[in-house]
Amino acid sequence: MIELKNISKSFADQEVLKDISFVFEKGKTNLIIGQSGSGKTVLMKCCIGLLDVDKGEINFGETCFSCFSEKEKRKIQKEMGVLFQGGALFDSFTVEDNVMFPLNMFTKMSLEEKRERVNTVLKRVNLVNANKKFPAEISGGMIKRVAIARAISLRPNYLFCDEPNSGLDPKTAELIDELISDLTEEFQMTTVINTHDMNSVIQIGQKIAFLHKGELWWEGDKNVILKTDNEELNEFVFSTELTRRINRD
Amino acid sequence: MKIIQEIGAYVWLMYQAFKRPDKGKVFRRQLMMDFQDLGANSIGIVAVISLFTGAIIAIQMAYNIDNPLIPLKTIGFSTRQMMIVEFSPTIISLILAGKVGSSIASEIGTMRVTEQIDALKVMGINPANYLILPKITASMIYNPVLIVFSIVLGIFGGWLAMMVTGLSSSVVYIEGVRAWYDPFTITYAMIKTLVFAFIIASVSGYKGFNVKGGSVEVGRASTQAVVYSSILIIVFDLILTQMLLT
Repeated sequence: MIELKNISKSFADQEVLKDISFVFEKGKTNLIIGQSGSGKTVLMKCCIGLLDVDKGEINFGETCFSCFSEKEKRKIQKEMGVLFQGGALFDSFTVEDNVMFPLNMFTKMSLEEKRERVNTVLKRVNLVNANKKFPAEISGGMIKRVAIARAISLRPNYLFCDEPNSGLDPKTAELIDELISDLTEEFQMTTVINTHDMNSVIQIGQKIAFLHKGELWWEGDKNVILKTDNEELNEFVFSTELTRRINRD
Repeated sequence: MKIIQEIGAYVWLMYQAFKRPDKGKVFRRQLMMDFQDLGANSIGIVAVISLFTGAIIAIQMAYNIDNPLIPLKTIGFSTRQMMIVEFSPTIISLILAGKVGSSIASEIGTMRVTEQIDALKVMGINPANYLILPKITASMIYNPVLIVFSIVLGIFGGWLAMMVTGLSSSVVYIEGVRAWYDPFTITYAMIKTLVFAFIIASVSGYKGFNVKGGSVEVGRASTQAVVYSSILIIVFDLILTQMLLT
């Protein structure tokens, strides 16, 4: 579980996050949604320790992550898996080396054990026979899957995904969503997904936080999001022709 | 004010970089890769430039010596001195600032804009230490090797030029190369090389690490890395020469 308590964050005079309190639950896919510029990415960067909050606390279980120094944060960060928007795979490493990287850094496993773990997680994300390929040689969907494999290779307690579907076709995007949802349940992780893809919201939104102009505007889940009378949320949810048609039908 | 901020940010980055590596085995692997990328891959350009420059220095010296009171062995002596004292440590370092410096800045800069550095950080890894320390170490170990190689090839280039043009005999040239040798000139060259190697790798690493934006900014950082490294090399050349030779 990750608890946000009255989080605020500003850049110069601009307040990007305003007094946000929310709980990301364990074993669930928690979604942060909102328009571009609503503060989703800043909130996630605060959660993973890339930015410091100005006010408030971020608690991982009972531990106050935002109170820690950089060095202390690293202990918690080793329990995190992060899927970046572009995958952030290391260009000079093969797929196998990318997935093995956290194992090389933080475990004392033998090479055989590491290879076995790499193959297991690559198989789990439906990637076989790609071990020796470089990121430049694989598709966007495969890059996301390798990044997921790298993120889960250390069996993290927390998984953060920044727009996991961006740049993917609808079919591949759905597969990635399913994969993240299945892994969350399987490893009982606290998963936080940053997205503005309504398909993801409807498919895997077990808990949803809607940010609007830096504020937590609405919270709920996929079952109630289409029935809400929140004006700003409806404007976001039904902003595409497809969702408007579904709503009319 | 901006310069003070930049210096502060550079010192802070170096403080982060010079921490104990998270894992020795991974550091050694990175170091080996950087030996290859920054050192071994520069041998060709260093060899060609040193050989030709040694030859040019020797021919120019021979051309300028028209006074019978100046012995011909001055050609070998001058070629050796110029290669050891200035050409190899300084000019080769300037060339390496262009080749290696831009490579370091663009590699690290690309990692920054594609979130690879953020990925390292959220894995709990010190990215400055992981990315920059092996490059500084590799440069400071490999550059002296390249400079010695350059000195030897430069002197050999001078000899080759004398043999081809017949401006001096082999015996006289070699006699000049061995004349009035002061071992401190090698120490001086090595001190300069080490300082310049540190400047090249650290300034380029700093420029790449602090890129904000996209590919245009990566290119700009790469250019700035070369320009700043080159200026600092010349400035420190003057300072070190003043300190060590006067």
